[in-house]
Amino acid sequence: MSDFAFLSGNEAIAYGVKLSRPHVIAAYPITPQTKAVEKLSSFVQDGELDCKYMHVESEHSAMACSIGSSSVGARTFTATSSQGLLYMSECLPYASGARLPIVMMNANRSIATPWNIYGDQMDSMHVINSGWIQLYVEDAQEALDMVIQSFKLAENHNILTPVMINVDGFVLTHTYEKVEIPLQEEVDNFLPEIQASPHLMSDDNKTSMCISAGNQHYMGFKVKQHRDMFKVFDELKQIDNDFHKAFGRNYGSAVEGYQFEDAEALLITTGSVTGTVRVVVDEMRAEGKKVGVVKLRLLRPFPAGDLVSKISGAKAVGVLDKNISFGYEGTVFTNVNSALFQKGASLKTINFIGGLGGKDITKGNIRQMFQTLQSGEGETVQYSNMGCTL
Amino acid sequence: MKEFKMSPKPMWNSLGDIPMGSSCPSFHITDINAGWRVFKPVVDLEKCIGCYRCYFVCPDGAIHMSDDKKADVDYSFCKGCGICAHECKPKAISMIKEEK
Repeated sequence: MSDFAFLSGNEAIAYGVKLSRPHVIAAYPITPQTKAVEKLSSFVQDGELDCKYMHVESEHSAMACSIGSSSVGARTFTATSSQGLLYMSECLPYASGARLPIVMMNANRSIATPWNIYGDQMDSMHVINSGWIQLYVEDAQEALDMVIQSFKLAENHNILTPVMINVDGFVLTHTYEKVEIPLQEEVDNFLPEIQASPHLMSDDNKTSMCISAGNQHYMGFKVKQHRDMFKVFDELKQIDNDFHKAFGRNYGSAVEGYQFEDAEALLITTGSVTGTVRVVVDEMRAEGKKVGVVKLRLLRPFPAGDLVSKISGAKAVGVLDKNISFGYEGTVFTNVNSALFQKGASLKTINFIGGLGGKDITKGNIRQMFQTLQSGEGETVQYSNMGCTL
Repeated sequence: MKEFKMSPKPMWNSLGDIPMGSSCPSFHITDINAGWRVFKPVVDLEKCIGCYRCYFVCPDGAIHMSDDKKADVDYSFCKGCGICAHECKPKAISMIKEEK
């Protein structure tokens, strides 16, 4: 029997990491991720986790250490948030370019200025082109489970790409829920020891950490890295199915829909706000309104085909973005429209930007979004619950 | 100038021929490119302990380990960044000003 515990999102991540038995953790604390790395540090200190915990002086160093340990085949975890992710960002393409299977938790938080510690998804959108797989989770259970799945995904020899698990700051990191903690032996069966890829360094195979490649060779490296990312869809689906067999839970791989099949108005979400949207969908369905929600779990690689197959039957689709790409629109909105156009689907789309700097996205706000979609009125890009007029 | 044992220039017919990631033995793909060097690293073979640290961190893969496990710099590739000298624990590498 597995254990149940009352855990915050941060603690759930820490338990997921402990069960995954990393060799090295290199992390620097930052609100709202701090509790996750404190808990991991305690696990190591108390002897519950046999792992080298590196107390580094910055996020830049956290990623540099992670690159070092992963380059010799050690299972490696790190965690950060917001300004920390941005400080680390110079190192992120080194990890993905070197094809190192590092797993990182990012506690989604706003970006200064103004200074703000609360949750939105501006930080991860900053690094969406860093070559990292980007996953977004809805609750603490999914956070724990996706740590285990992510190591399996990243270390797959067809993938060999680092994974960023995005967990909404405060809404998930600091709220508590009942979480099932799998048994260690079950996780060991599901996630065996890391199988070092032949490209990694060893005593017998010493390599230069980062060769240069001139103009005739560089592009090949980058196209290979890009094309290998698309293998994530099939591998994640397989891992999610196997996870279901082993633990009785699965998450629908890249895109998960709720009440979407016959929906006329659909909202596309990432992360924790999905839970609130599900409640509103239930309420509006009880009133006879054909509404639904589609949760994007992966933003890189972007599951264009899977997404369009789930939304193309709707009359209007809203995209809820907890970020702004200044001077254009929400980043998820851009990606969704591109996917629709590529697949030849044509339907009304509206961008709802909300939740910046921890601003609430209430049930009332979501109901308003569905009503806007049903009426088809208003600007293409709208701002939800801003608190004042434009 | 010394003749180094170069890795052959790779021939790629498809993405499958490209190495997985950018950690490769020295000289794998790097191009000759050293014209702007101001200081050059010179290895004191008496002090070099063959620890490979300079080899790992050279951003151009321009350091070769000779048969007797001593660091050997190919000046056709070295850009003179000085990272090897900075990282060398036994201080076996000195940065010497180039004479033009």
